[in-house]
Amino acid sequence: MTTATLRNPQDFITCPDTGQNINKPVIALAKAHIFTAVVYLLAGGALGLLVALTRWPAIHLLPSELFYIALTGHGAAVLLFWCHIFEVGVAYYFCTSPINARLATPKIAWFSFWLMVVGSAMGTVMVLLGQATVMFSAYPPLKAHPLFYLGVILFAVGALIPMFIILATLIKAKNERTYEGSMPLATFGTLIYAIIAIFTWVMGAVIFIPTLLWSMGLISNIDPQMYRLVFWALAHSTQQVNICMHITIWYSLAAILFGARPLNEKVSRMAFVLYLFALQLGSVHHLLSDPGSSFTWRTFNTSYAGYLAVLGSLIHGLTVPGGIELAQRRRGLNNGLFEWLRKAPWGNPVFSGFFMSVVFFGFLGGITGVTMSNQQINMIIHNTAYVPGHFHGTVATGTTLAFMAFSFWFVPFITRTKLAAPKLANMSVWLFGMGMSVFAVFFMAAGHLGAPRRHWDITFADAALKFDFSATVHMLTTVAEIGAAIGGVGALFFIISILGTFMGKKVADGVSVVPQLAEPAGVVAARLHGGTEPHIKGLEVPGSLVLCMLLLTFLVVYYFAQFKYMATIWGIH
Amino acid sequence: MSDSFNENDADPVSGWQAFIDDPSMLLFLGIASPTLLYTLWGVMEVLSVPIAGY
Repeated sequence: MTTATLRNPQDFITCPDTGQNINKPVIALAKAHIFTAVVYLLAGGALGLLVALTRWPAIHLLPSELFYIALTGHGAAVLLFWCHIFEVGVAYYFCTSPINARLATPKIAWFSFWLMVVGSAMGTVMVLLGQATVMFSAYPPLKAHPLFYLGVILFAVGALIPMFIILATLIKAKNERTYEGSMPLATFGTLIYAIIAIFTWVMGAVIFIPTLLWSMGLISNIDPQMYRLVFWALAHSTQQVNICMHITIWYSLAAILFGARPLNEKVSRMAFVLYLFALQLGSVHHLLSDPGSSFTWRTFNTSYAGYLAVLGSLIHGLTVPGGIELAQRRRGLNNGLFEWLRKAPWGNPVFSGFFMSVVFFGFLGGITGVTMSNQQINMIIHNTAYVPGHFHGTVATGTTLAFMAFSFWFVPFITRTKLAAPKLANMSVWLFGMGMSVFAVFFMAAGHLGAPRRHWDITFADAALKFDFSATVHMLTTVAEIGAAIGGVGALFFIISILGTFMGKKVADGVSVVPQLAEPAGVVAARLHGGTEPHIKGLEVPGSLVLCMLLLTFLVVYYFAQFKYMATIWGIH
Repeated sequence: MSDSFNENDADPVSGWQAFIDDPSMLLFLGIASPTLLYTLWGVMEVLSVPIAGY
């Protein structure tokens, strides 16, 4: 078996709890990135709560001008700044520790960090001043202050540079022979993340530099359709970058918590390669209802190529829980289909947040993303509340929940402080996961009945052309926003716990800060089976197969239900 | 903490595996694929829309 070799021990600190070696500059960089990201989650979450309390029909908190400022700020702070600053900090760890590598050019890494900080701050301030009320997509002819576009460009450059640092680190590690053969899966996933991110941020520059010039009056016109095309190469791909990182985190947490391996590492690598080729092509599903492009281009990208990425996700969806199940069964939890899952450490937020992320991402974000990428189905949900319902299923209950769970392990690990407010930490993942799931499901249902997205007032009280949505739509929207508010409380608990951990006192050597997670394999085996590893008869992971078949069945039924629903809207007479 | 975090597959590295372990090759293919199939193809589609006459 090939393992990583420590070539330059003076550049590393060995964690006394885990025995992992971590490159010294990575510790400070990871702390800075994650702290900053959590601050943006706080800001973005607060703005999101204002949006929810405005879209809650009985409260309708903000006037329209402030609503659109809050909506723009919420999108930028959580979709861009929280996710991507967090990911860079974690990526530095994944591209170094598993292969005992030293980070290439730490000084440039700090420079890029400050570029991200300055750019994101500039963009946020301009939004809060009401100078950039253009929402996340910033479609022309909506025009923001040039400093907003400049801020986004600085942020994008700051997020692009680390991707080349990751590539340089891997090449340097290969040359220094810190590892042999294939790199571990967490590092490979980070490599794929970096490559997708390079495409993403370059597309950002391609579209935002001319838009900046347009806002300064140096260019007379930006073609709206061309903008939408290139903008979604940026914006959709930023979410694919998130997916790549949160799946890397899934594999890592399965290894950290249970000593789990993927069922077949080569297949998992191929699933990441499928992402590399096909994931960004799904950007077309934002343009399925737009004029100006052929059916061939749309369908090739969203269906033929896009389904290759779906295949990748289905593989991850089997191998991550399957790896856990196999590890648990080998540790003695071998009764029935789901003993391995029932007796998992549900009271630990690292596991509960992680596993909820796997389930919610598959059932809420994944399945709805597949169906809305169908040309016909897309037309019944385009620009409705279904769309934010879907992407809260991916970004909130998938990515953010995985990042929260990982933080509860990673932040004590890098700060050498005990996790602050552990009870709040435990509650946070349940409140956030359940609350945002309710939001996603009920908002998608409201969207199916035609409720528009991005709209300040769906009662159209002061509109020239009136339209009355049914009481059902108002009920669905109300329940969705209650879910969002509960999710906001969960996010707040997470922030309190993590910022408290950052500010906590370092423990003395010999004191464990990384919580003891699942019982060690030997303890379980001794208790249940007299110390012997049980023999597993028949299928090795029957429980995970049942879960995956449930997902596939749900996908098929949901897909056909969408077509059936469409037939009731567009009857042929 | 399990060693499985730091370890990779025990099997020998195949030719295909060596191919996808090459960061430069992955970088080239990972940029070329969406640039050609999404961006350039999409730009050509938009450019082929005739300008409306007034």
